[in-house]
Amino acid sequence: MATYVAKRLLAVIPVLLGLSIIVFLMMTLIPGDPATAILGNYATPENVARLNAQLGLDKPLPQQYLIWLGNLLQGDLGRSFALNRPVLDEVMERFSATLVLAGAALLLCAVLGLIAGIVSAVNQFGWADRIITLFVLIGISTPSFFLGLMLILGFAVNLRWFPPSGMYAIYGGGDLPDLLYHLVLPAFTLAAVATGVIARLTRTAMLEVLRQDFIRTARAKGVSERRVICVHAFKAALVSVIPVIGIQAGFVLGGAVYIETVFQWPGIGAMLVNAISTRDILLVQGGVLVVAASYVLFNLAADVAQSLLDPRLRR
Amino acid sequence: MKRLIAAVAVGCAMTVTPAAHAQTPPNVLVVGQIAEPQSLDPHVATATNDFRILMNIYEGLVRFGNGTLEVEPALAESWEISQDGLSYTFQLRQGVSFHDGTPFNAEAVKFNFERMLDEAHPFHGTGPFPLSFNFSAVEDVTAVDDMTVEFTLSEPFAPFLSNLAYPTGLIVSPAAVEQFGEDYGRNPSGTGPFRFAEWQANQRVVIAASPDYWDGPPTLEAVVFRPITDANTRMAEMLAGGLDIMVEAPPDSMAQFRDAPDFNAHEQAGPHVWYLILNMKEGPFESQAVRQAVNFAVNKEALVNDVLQGTAEISAGPVPPAFAWAYNEEVDPYPYDPDRARELLEEGGYEGEEIVFYVTEGGSGMLDPVAMGTAIQADLAAVGMNVRIETYEWNTFLGQVNPGLEGKAQMAQMAWMTNDPDTLPFLTLRTAAWPQEGGFNSGYYSNPDVDEMLDRARRATDPEERAALYRDVQAIVHDEAPWLFVANWVQGAVTTANIEGFTLQPSFFLMLKNVVKN
Repeated sequence: MATYVAKRLLAVIPVLLGLSIIVFLMMTLIPGDPATAILGNYATPENVARLNAQLGLDKPLPQQYLIWLGNLLQGDLGRSFALNRPVLDEVMERFSATLVLAGAALLLCAVLGLIAGIVSAVNQFGWADRIITLFVLIGISTPSFFLGLMLILGFAVNLRWFPPSGMYAIYGGGDLPDLLYHLVLPAFTLAAVATGVIARLTRTAMLEVLRQDFIRTARAKGVSERRVICVHAFKAALVSVIPVIGIQAGFVLGGAVYIETVFQWPGIGAMLVNAISTRDILLVQGGVLVVAASYVLFNLAADVAQSLLDPRLRR
Repeated sequence: MKRLIAAVAVGCAMTVTPAAHAQTPPNVLVVGQIAEPQSLDPHVATATNDFRILMNIYEGLVRFGNGTLEVEPALAESWEISQDGLSYTFQLRQGVSFHDGTPFNAEAVKFNFERMLDEAHPFHGTGPFPLSFNFSAVEDVTAVDDMTVEFTLSEPFAPFLSNLAYPTGLIVSPAAVEQFGEDYGRNPSGTGPFRFAEWQANQRVVIAASPDYWDGPPTLEAVVFRPITDANTRMAEMLAGGLDIMVEAPPDSMAQFRDAPDFNAHEQAGPHVWYLILNMKEGPFESQAVRQAVNFAVNKEALVNDVLQGTAEISAGPVPPAFAWAYNEEVDPYPYDPDRARELLEEGGYEGEEIVFYVTEGGSGMLDPVAMGTAIQADLAAVGMNVRIETYEWNTFLGQVNPGLEGKAQMAQMAWMTNDPDTLPFLTLRTAAWPQEGGFNSGYYSNPDVDEMLDRARRATDPEERAALYRDVQAIVHDEAPWLFVANWVQGAVTTANIEGFTLQPSFFLMLKNVVKN
């Protein structure tokens, strides 16, 4: 197991390196440059040249990339042009906010999705199944930014139960209840689609497992129905659901881009959107690197969890 | 599933909600901004969004008087300008300290300008200073004595005073720059009514009342600036009670807030011009008649009232009315007259040639460019003009327009916000400002009289003489129509009804010292 994990981790390095080259090239290929973005109206060729020199953007591209790579190896991701601070500080601050949001959403979609899927499967074609299926379909097909706006309108503007945006209270605040309170709407919005996907898959997996011989055997032995479903069947079904949760983790991270913008969550998704529009190359590089690395790690964690649950995969 | 979500949400609300949410804290003003600031170093910052914070932390030697764009004393109590317009001597205000406790004096002023302008200065590396060209005429700054500072210019430059009132002219604490180096922008220290307290990335910037401000402390205890990029979310926060002031309210929402009893809508026209550059080098717009024709053909009233919902006024020329002292009241905007437009098109020999029109998706000061572009296209089609729109993302757009329209397009949208009537015409209408000369005259307008007048206005030390020249420029340019003049932006802000003493400034800065929250 340890060698497997180590091998997988080593395989991450070329992936990230290739990715950084692609991102770097894309950022330099799209029209517009950081100096023009910063100067706006005042972007005379003279001013742009002067600012480019100050920002170190007057060097040839390969040299710029190698400088970046060299600094990266020393743990320095450079300075953001648009925010005038070290990229690493900004990325870590913003990424932790995203982790809180994505983690909460993932927990939520896993718990709700699994419960909904099991209830659906146990009551196949019953009323509970139909109702859950309906809501699952609505959840999967509603665009999340729209759902977010509707939740803001309903629960923040009209009912005033939750704040419409932000991560902590505006002044004071900053403790855990304050965070949870701000987390409710964005986490539910972010979880909606993934919950639906997981619920559908859990239902299918459970239905398949419930028809197998060992379930019949368990029932015949007189094991309580509750135990049959919650332990025997669920454990077997989980094996095929876990990798999907791992993939959903990636989608949740990606979806955070919209949700963070709608809810003004200070996460890395909203940061990347801004960084791209201001052509803040180093900030985009740093942000993409961290997001990509975490995506790979999430999938690795899902694979490991799966092999722990399923003895057949352990070899 | 959604009902389940709602039910759980309600459950959580019951358990976690602090008693009275949706109330901003007493005596703390919460401002909804449009974006995260770039930097709180006024010499580094370039966006109005940042200026709104900076103007409350810092002061310059001079400032714009309340409600005007005319300069008045601030950190300098008085000044003298030499006869040749080359030397400005400022008497500084006594007994002023920076928030970090160090004294404000002539050496501090010298440090500020040398850091920006002198590449050999030990703290020049704390930049970049993108707008330092505002002071490119400054040759030397001398501390004559502790409280007297003299600026020597390389050539007469009349906008110098209003540039000093602009954020690039705000005075930072040299000791703080020395202490924090390139992280100074996150640890600012000025002399203004509020001192910097806290910056949480993408969540808030907090500034607190400075108890020993030289002009008496503000009544507010603190101000919180929240970046909320999504306009819908900003609206929702305002409606939910999470903000006291919302700046740059979307046009759609201003109508709603104007009639709401719990809110006050504030509107103020700014030194902003929204126009279309016409390519005078080739094609139909070589003809003055055709250029005038498009000015007659577009229904600007419908644009500002319907598309922009009253968040702009119709513009008459390159000088916006916000510069009241230099504005020519006698030049009226081109009226909407499609028949006159058709006559002029015929006179100018326009025969349905295709006109390529560059439109941007959005950008600084561009208002609602796509909707405006489409409306203009329709108006021009109605008089028989064949306009094809090409839409670009803002930075790409600038990359297309700034090098000049020759060989690419006949019309392009553009907008400017400036702090002096000199800036826009000087950079966009002179012959010496054609793109290959490094200016922004992307439509290749050229009139030696205008060139000469703008040069003279820049050198004139007498404000009356300058004003007269800008009025003349306005009349000539209006007539020759190198642009399709469209609108001057009226910025909108919304406050809750319990905010008093708040006025919008024509500079679009936010001055919060005298604001009271009941």
